[in-house]
Amino acid sequence: MMKQLTDLELLKLNKGQLFIYKLKKFFYAIPVWFKKTGIKIGNFFKNLGISIYIFFRDLVFTFIKGDWKTKVSYFIMGFGSLARGQILRGVLFLLMQVVFIWYMIATGGYYVGKLNSLGMKQPEMMEDGTIIYGDNSFKILLYGVLSLFFIAAFIYTWYLNIKQNRINEQILKDEKKLDSSMDDLRSLVDKNFHRTLLTLPTLGIIVFTILPIFFMILVAFTNYDANHNGVSNALFGWQGFKNFGQLFSWNSGGANFSATFGEILLWTLIWAFFATFTNYFLGMMVAMLINKKGIKLKKVWRTVLVLSIAIPQFISILYVSKMFAYPDGIINGLITKFGAEPVHFLDDQAKPFVARLTVILINIWIGIPYLMLVTTGILMNIPADLYESANIDGATKWQQYTKITLPYMLFVTGPYLLTSFTGNMNNFNVIYLLTGGAPHPQGMANGAGQTDLLITWLFNLAIKDSNYALGAVIGIMVFVVVAVISVVVYNLIPSTRNEEEFQ
Amino acid sequence: MQEKKLASLSGRRRLGNIFTYIGLSLISVIWITPFVFLVLQSFDVSSTGLTGNVWPEKWGLGNFAYLFSADCNFLQWYFNTFIIALAVCVGQTIMQIMMAYALSRFRFRFRKGLMNVMLVLGMFPGFLTMIVLYEVLKTMGFTGDNSVPGLILVSIASSGMGYYVAKGFLDTMPKSLDEAAMVDGANRFQVFYKVIMPLCKPIVIYIILTSFMGPWGDYIFAATLAKGASAGMNVATGLTSWLSAANVAGYFKYFCAGGVIVAIPVIILFLFLQKYYVEGVTGGAVKG
Repeated sequence: MMKQLTDLELLKLNKGQLFIYKLKKFFYAIPVWFKKTGIKIGNFFKNLGISIYIFFRDLVFTFIKGDWKTKVSYFIMGFGSLARGQILRGVLFLLMQVVFIWYMIATGGYYVGKLNSLGMKQPEMMEDGTIIYGDNSFKILLYGVLSLFFIAAFIYTWYLNIKQNRINEQILKDEKKLDSSMDDLRSLVDKNFHRTLLTLPTLGIIVFTILPIFFMILVAFTNYDANHNGVSNALFGWQGFKNFGQLFSWNSGGANFSATFGEILLWTLIWAFFATFTNYFLGMMVAMLINKKGIKLKKVWRTVLVLSIAIPQFISILYVSKMFAYPDGIINGLITKFGAEPVHFLDDQAKPFVARLTVILINIWIGIPYLMLVTTGILMNIPADLYESANIDGATKWQQYTKITLPYMLFVTGPYLLTSFTGNMNNFNVIYLLTGGAPHPQGMANGAGQTDLLITWLFNLAIKDSNYALGAVIGIMVFVVVAVISVVVYNLIPSTRNEEEFQ
Repeated sequence: MQEKKLASLSGRRRLGNIFTYIGLSLISVIWITPFVFLVLQSFDVSSTGLTGNVWPEKWGLGNFAYLFSADCNFLQWYFNTFIIALAVCVGQTIMQIMMAYALSRFRFRFRKGLMNVMLVLGMFPGFLTMIVLYEVLKTMGFTGDNSVPGLILVSIASSGMGYYVAKGFLDTMPKSLDEAAMVDGANRFQVFYKVIMPLCKPIVIYIILTSFMGPWGDYIFAATLAKGASAGMNVATGLTSWLSAANVAGYFKYFCAGGVIVAIPVIILFLFLQKYYVEGVTGGAVKG
């Protein structure tokens, strides 16, 4: 632990010492942070262990101590509830069991059984060009995963069913009344209203987001690609960490995969940094210009900028990209009118630096109106007396900006900056519609270009080349990078707010 | 002495303001110009390809006439997008408000867990899921020419994950409102429907507006689902296909005209509801 200086001691330091002090403080904070995180992770597993222990202990004890209705409920779900008069709950439990058994016999069991091989019977190509289909790896993996989800849900409901019995026995022992079916229904608009509200959105998220993501994470461990599409040419199967090994391979199909990955990752980070901070500071500047005292027509200036948000982004991005086209775009038309040579801005013959700079500049044009709106509201919230007293003390405008405006803004918008940084890392539309990744030099692996972000490269790999397995690997890497940045920054910024603060 | 100083101060301020006006005019010009160019070029009937001159050599409405002729699918795309936008804005608004209200007003087991799961899910690149969803929708028959229902389904299904702005808004509403209503005998549903909802008007309008505008620019998923089938495209996919390397020489001016037609209703809607949009954006950034 380093020595914490008091405010008075801090004032005595000169700028250099202060900087070193802050730097030291930052680096000392890192091991502390790791320790805290370690403890958090440790606690998580400890709690998990305890939960599992309680789970099994409850199961055993409820069975031993329970009456016969409870004991039957271990095999026929909902029996106890039905026998004790809770018709609705009993019927739902029973229904779950019937559906589950029917599903597992009808389809689920078949797919779960094949999960570890993803199918054995290869499709055969006949001489006349027809295909005799065998197994379907895609379906096996998808429905296999779905069945696993279903099994987990079933076990959880089974556990709830038993817990229900235990609670009911206790209530009856205390000679109180059990909730009737009517009470249950009524609670769905009152005490348990949140369940009513959450059912549909969570179900949607599970089926349309969690299930697909889980599936794609598993795909990263297979050889699912154009030559193994799992249906008509060859089945795909598990191959462990081989795809992740690609990230560190120097030679794949004549190109240096790991160098390409490194270059794209670096550019993604550089892009996200510039896209976030140029927009942030310039947007703030525009907002301050409009907010300035004595400036008239504030609403008009604002509306002019806001208009460009209203126009669907693909129109403005595509049109601007054609303005920069070679050699017939408007910009090059102007350049040639002045007698200069037309410039390759965004196409395949562009210099990488020119293309990257153009993309960042165009992104400023796209992003400033939005940031202007975001910052306007916050700027107006800064207490005016801060500036008044600064004026009386003779602070210059620049000092007021660096000592009052900027710290306040950074404090309030810290979390926003973080999300917009990660959002920019995944800013597909701007890059894809502006350049499509161009320029594409020789020697980059898998058709990557020099303005490609990880996300656009992933799109090209997965959708255009059907190299799903490698696409999934890149997707996981994007997740890892975003998660690491988020966790680290979130723990460093001061404005991690408490959500109960307002209520 | 004092007066002179004051005079020079106000003089300096006036000079500063002049510079600010110049700066703002310049900014406005930069932001407006591309759209003015877009409109100008849409009236140029001298050639349908990409040209370097802004001012039309020959004025006419030919490009617009083409959009509404039987030769192209623009009207179909427009209709598709409009249907999608309507359905999506209803569905997304309901999903997000439900999610936000439950997470803001109730304290239940798994609440933190649910929020953390959604946070982590948000860190995965969105269209990792696209490959799976495409195959699933294909077996349901919702791809190619018939991809409109598929797009609607996908856009609505997991939209609960975008609950942040609405929850931030609800969090600032005092809980005593709910409590007072419940003391008066209202159940939670009545509190939600009769007390909170009317107060949520600004944020509901914000969500409706943004979710209505989204589909007009939604390119990537729409393109994947339609997979080149013209009848199943939305405006973004269709107009983008006109700018492919093979098409741009023959279709650029049609793109400009199409862009104008697409942008006008959205701009009008936006100008009317601008107030709510600004409130939502500023609120969302602060409360995150």
